[in-house]
Amino acid sequence: MNGLATALITLLRRDLILALRRRQDALVVLGFFVVVVSLFPLGVGPDPQLLRSMAPGVLWVSALLATMLSLERLFSDDFRDGSLEQILLSPQPLSLLVGSKILAHWLITGLPLVLISPLLGMQLGLDGTEILILMTALLLGTPILSLVGAIGAALTLGLRGGGVLISLLILPLYVPALVLGAGAVDAVMYGSSAQAHLSLMAALLILTLLLAPWAIAAALRIMLD
Amino acid sequence: MAEQRVQWFKFASPPNFYDLAGRLAPWFGGLAAILFVVGLYIGFILAPPDYQQGNSYRIMFIHVPTAWMSMFLYVLMAVYAAIGLIWRVKTAEVMAKAIAPTGAMFAFLCLWSGALWGKPTWGTYWVWDARLTSQLILLFLYLGYMALHAAIEDRQRAANASAILALAGVVNVPIIYFSVVWWNTLHQGASITVTSAPTMETVMFVALLVMTFACWMYAIAVVLWRARLELLERERRAAWVLERTGEKA
Repeated sequence: MNGLATALITLLRRDLILALRRRQDALVVLGFFVVVVSLFPLGVGPDPQLLRSMAPGVLWVSALLATMLSLERLFSDDFRDGSLEQILLSPQPLSLLVGSKILAHWLITGLPLVLISPLLGMQLGLDGTEILILMTALLLGTPILSLVGAIGAALTLGLRGGGVLISLLILPLYVPALVLGAGAVDAVMYGSSAQAHLSLMAALLILTLLLAPWAIAAALRIMLD
Repeated sequence: MAEQRVQWFKFASPPNFYDLAGRLAPWFGGLAAILFVVGLYIGFILAPPDYQQGNSYRIMFIHVPTAWMSMFLYVLMAVYAAIGLIWRVKTAEVMAKAIAPTGAMFAFLCLWSGALWGKPTWGTYWVWDARLTSQLILLFLYLGYMALHAAIEDRQRAANASAILALAGVVNVPIIYFSVVWWNTLHQGASITVTSAPTMETVMFVALLVMTFACWMYAIAVVLWRARLELLERERRAAWVLERTGEKA
């Protein structure tokens, strides 16, 4: 047990240090998120009412795309320098080690999206409660995006054009998170409670936490076989 | 019981499967052709026009069976994928791969016939109706499965990796369906329902049933045939393939 905890913490710390040393990787994802959201008003026009009603969907779809962008690097660097094989060979359960890597991925890419979302929400004309709900929904939803996306990242490991393939594999699986996340903000916007959406999102997160690490571990074993 | 078990294992072996599929597929194909003719005759000629929709409701005889087939085939594909992944049964892996294009075709046909049906009844080709949307996502899932299979060169690895994807998909399909239904009721009232007549006339029901069986037979025939060719390709260096192709040449 102690060995396992050490392994998990070591892996988490290593991934975080690597991310700190290469800050641009995480910043590019964040920049992408901001730029995509800021492009929407230019595309659909400056009408505040329209922007406000589109805001939940725009923010969520942009968050989805930004996460997609970061997924390709989730395992590929470790795959190229051989440390992924070391992780596979370790005596600790792979699904938990993978969980540690995904936690690092979420801290690097998911959490910044949550933290910057109020700014973008205000840009699109959301008010206080709506922004709070948006942040809560993103806080519950971005780990789902990282977990499900990691399945796609593992399955496309070492393939040519893997990045494009991930989006075809994973975006359909993101539908529930998108519907619930954008729906939560919509609900408060139209004066009802977002509690049902947020509860379901949390349930989805728990289900994903239960199943995804197992699938990711199996996928990694297959692709590195 | 013991005898049955032996038989199942017997047909899981590639050469036996190849022979059996070769013998069965033409029969299923022939049956499909007959049932299609009968079903279309009942549906298009014998069945009376609908009191509300006139003749346009007849698209249902294509639309509904293809919708059922596309959903059922996805589950079947995932089952075969799981069998292949867990017990390493090569024939099951091949079956899973062979089902995907047929399932995708049914999903596409369902969407297309739905669009053609939507124009006269709803006045538009596409509505963001819950069922249409989840059918579209099902088509995307099929496409993703086939794309992943095609992208990995090693056949064994391709089969295993896409099996994981199929299983992830099949866990997600009900969640996607319910989330889409919910999304739909939130954004617009559930004003449109696909079923127009509350009760169906017996002739219509018979036509629908026959068409569904026709689609089934067609799917079985095509999938068996595709699985057969896939097996030949995968096992092209095995003795049984050389034996069988040598005989023909």
